Amino acid sequence: MDEPQVGIVFWILSFVLLVSAFMVVSLRNIFHCALFLILCLFSVAGIFILLGAEFLAAAQVLIYIGAVAVLMIFAIMLTSNLASKKITQTNENGVVSFFICLIFGFTTLLLIGNTHVWRYSAEGPGTDNTLNLGRYLMTEFMLPFEVVSVLLLAAMIGAIVLARKERS
Amino acid sequence: MTQYAFLIPLLPLFAFVMIVFLMRWKEKVSAGFSIAMIVISWLMSVVVLIETIGRQGAPYEAYYTFLSFTNFHLEIGILVDALTAIMLMVVTTIGACTEIYSIGYMKDDPRFSRFFSYLSLFLFSMLGLVVANNFFMIFIFWELVGLTSYLLIGFWFEKKSAADACKKAFITTRTGDLGFLVGLFMIGVYCGTFNYGGVFDSVASGMIPAGIVTAIAIFVFCGAVGKSAQFPLHVWLPDAMEGPTPVSCLIHAATMVAAGVYLVARSMNIFVASADASLVVAVIGIVTSFIAASIALVQVDIKRILAYSTVSQLGYMIMALGLYGYDTAHHHHSAGYMAGTFHLMTHAAFKGLLFLAAGSVIHAVHTNDIREMGGLSQKMKITNLTFIIASLSIAGIFPLSGFWSKDEIVATAAHHPVFLVVTLIIAFMTAFYMFRLCFLTFFGEPRDQHRFDHAHESPRVMTWPLIVLAFLSIFAGWVGIPWLHHGYSWFLYQGNPPEHTPSWALMTISTIVGVSGIGLAYLVYQKKVISAEKIGSTFRLIYTLLFNKYYFDEIYQKLIIDPIMVFARFMWTFDARVIDGAVNGTAWATILWSDIKEWFDTWIVDGAVNGTGWLVQKWSHLLRFIQTGKVQFYALFIAMFAVLFGLTKVEFASATYTWPKMTVIFLAGLLLLALVSRAITAREKAQQNNKEENRS
Amino acid sequence: MFHYLALAAILFSIGLFGVLTRRNVIGILMSLELMFNAANINFVAFNKYIITDGLTGQIFAIFIIVVAAAEAVVGLAIVLLIYRNWQGIDMDHINIMKW
Repeated sequence: MDEPQVGIVFWILSFVLLVSAFMVVSLRNIFHCALFLILCLFSVAGIFILLGAEFLAAAQVLIYIGAVAVLMIFAIMLTSNLASKKITQTNENGVVSFFICLIFGFTTLLLIGNTHVWRYSAEGPGTDNTLNLGRYLMTEFMLPFEVVSVLLLAAMIGAIVLARKERS
Repeated sequence: MTQYAFLIPLLPLFAFVMIVFLMRWKEKVSAGFSIAMIVISWLMSVVVLIETIGRQGAPYEAYYTFLSFTNFHLEIGILVDALTAIMLMVVTTIGACTEIYSIGYMKDDPRFSRFFSYLSLFLFSMLGLVVANNFFMIFIFWELVGLTSYLLIGFWFEKKSAADACKKAFITTRTGDLGFLVGLFMIGVYCGTFNYGGVFDSVASGMIPAGIVTAIAIFVFCGAVGKSAQFPLHVWLPDAMEGPTPVSCLIHAATMVAAGVYLVARSMNIFVASADASLVVAVIGIVTSFIAASIALVQVDIKRILAYSTVSQLGYMIMALGLYGYDTAHHHHSAGYMAGTFHLMTHAAFKGLLFLAAGSVIHAVHTNDIREMGGLSQKMKITNLTFIIASLSIAGIFPLSGFWSKDEIVATAAHHPVFLVVTLIIAFMTAFYMFRLCFLTFFGEPRDQHRFDHAHESPRVMTWPLIVLAFLSIFAGWVGIPWLHHGYSWFLYQGNPPEHTPSWALMTISTIVGVSGIGLAYLVYQKKVISAEKIGSTFRLIYTLLFNKYYFDEIYQKLIIDPIMVFARFMWTFDARVIDGAVNGTAWATILWSDIKEWFDTWIVDGAVNGTGWLVQKWSHLLRFIQTGKVQFYALFIAMFAVLFGLTKVEFASATYTWPKMTVIFLAGLLLLALVSRAITAREKAQQNNKEENRS
Repeated sequence: MFHYLALAAILFSIGLFGVLTRRNVIGILMSLELMFNAANINFVAFNKYIITDGLTGQIFAIFIIVVAAAEAVVGLAIVLLIYRNWQGIDMDHINIMKW
């Protein structure tokens, strides 16, 4: 099967994604970083739609942006000292890790690029994404589903225990 | 009983073993047991004698071959003939008398039981020697007798003189035994057997060259020279008087020294085959006799006088046997064999008595020096009487036993004028010195009043053996009266005694010689008509020579002992310096080597170990700064290594891409180094910051 | 598909850079979210193009989202605690395990 092509939407989305990701990691004001994170996550949701995973895109927006990112903004508000903007956000490892990540990226790209033959599947993706997803969650992946709910419960209780007010 | 004659030596051996293992602390039991054993042996010897007489002196032999080789064999056995039977009687009688006497003499000695054990061992050795039927066996017992003599002479080994004397005795007799051993080897080689009968047959058959026979005879005689204290090995016997008096009586008067004479008598068949050897024997005998008698004239120790007298009388016996061999080799008739062995028997009786009586005197006055005695006849009657009887016997006065045996010896020497003259001179000297001893000890005024007052007669256990031996001194010799038909001669020659008409002239001359000797002694020492001091000062040179025993001991010391000591010292030096030096040198080298190894171990091995620790420490000093405590730092490392690992997995399309790959990896490595150095420099920065903070 | 994977790779590297570099703890958490999303993109891309039956990739991506959410919750609770105790969330000061 031939390598599928990507359209212009992909390029726009990916551009936005990468730029906002770069902003996330390098801005000095942490609040701005959180906002750019939200933009980044939106782009990822868009890419999910491109890949035909609509439910996943919705879930991404709901959970990641609606819950996780908001939570992060809460945390930023509670803890950061927004007034001192002069403190650099990059610690002493900066240069080295820049090069590391650069090489890492290049290496991974090379690795991906050198894999000439992807065994593309003959079939296309399904159309009823949400329906199938629901069906699979309830049948094949029942156990992980239940386990993950327990995990959420544990995380909830843990967070409450950790963050409650100290008794003086 | 004769077939059980082997038990005769074994009974005293049994006594020895019993005393050594069981009875050491029970003195009475050990004495009683050993005396019982010897008395039983004496009884058995009597029976053996009677049986042998019944056989007219024919020999009885029984043996067992215990070791066989291709060309000879070793046997152990007994031979009982006339000579053996007589010797058995002599040894057991004197042995029994001595042991009974020792009960009294050694009464207060702390090593009482040991004395009796030694005596029993000696009697075993001597009796074994006498009944032996072959030269090998007699040699074994020969050495045993020497050993027990050593033990007994050195019985009071705390005294240095006694310890020296026993060593001297053993070494001197050993020197003679060396010759005996050579003779033994030659007998083994040339005769193929050690058995008496076998050897004599070989010699008589003429198969052995005459020179070899002479050599064998002389070598065998060497043993007799040593054991019977003949010139030149006579020097040990006077010193052997350091031992207790019973020992002197038993060993050095009656039995052990007679072993040499016995050996020559037993080996007569060899000597009659060689006139030269017999002449040597006779000459040595007469020379010894003369030397010893002359020395005895001027000695002042009672036991020394008796010792030299023994040497002199042994010389008589040896001379007689030698002359017999010489005459028989020249096909002349000779009485020497009978004379020598007969004198052996009678000498045992009167010399044994003389020694025991001397012991009695010493026991009473506690001194050996006759210059401190005198007038003891008033105090010690039995001792005095028996002593005089023995002296008369040795001087050869009719009708005591000594007269008959000495007469035979004179008769033997009669055919050889030189020998005859010297023999008569010696007889004169013998009578003189014996009665000099008598007069000085028992008669006259007591020279030491203190000793005289304390003197007393010995207890009965000591005087009874004296009486028995006195009895024998008188009557034992009567078996050898020449007119007796079934007497000693008949017995010795197994019923065919050679014709022997006694010469009245000789008997008269020897009696005159003896009486004149006694008379001269009487005049000089009793009546003091002739002054002994005047004679001594007139012949000062001779007197000094005689008094110092012809300087034999000094000559031997200078010629033999000193060179040997020098050699021994040299060997010791060699051993101490060279051999010990080698040993010590090896030890030194070992220590050096171990020092080197220690250095090696300390510096190199431990150095490596310690160096590793030091290295680790220095490295860790450097590396610990990687633990910055910051998680991002650690995560950076993880990422870096992941990158590096991934880089190695990257496959490029063609080989031309390897250079970029290598470059990239190299750069990554540089990054790693940069990180580590950053970490290290961070420490210094932190320290500087701390210092600034402390300052500010 | 290469493009999606490449995109995911670049996103991952950027997230890695952020994790290693950010001084603020919450900054690190946000960079971590980026890395999660990169992985999600990968999963879904594979699901669409390589293994298309079973929707395993998407389901896994859902679970990743869920777990990332839980982890962000707990992480932020810890950040609050750090803020309470040390009055600041500067990573440079969190170095108790230092030599």
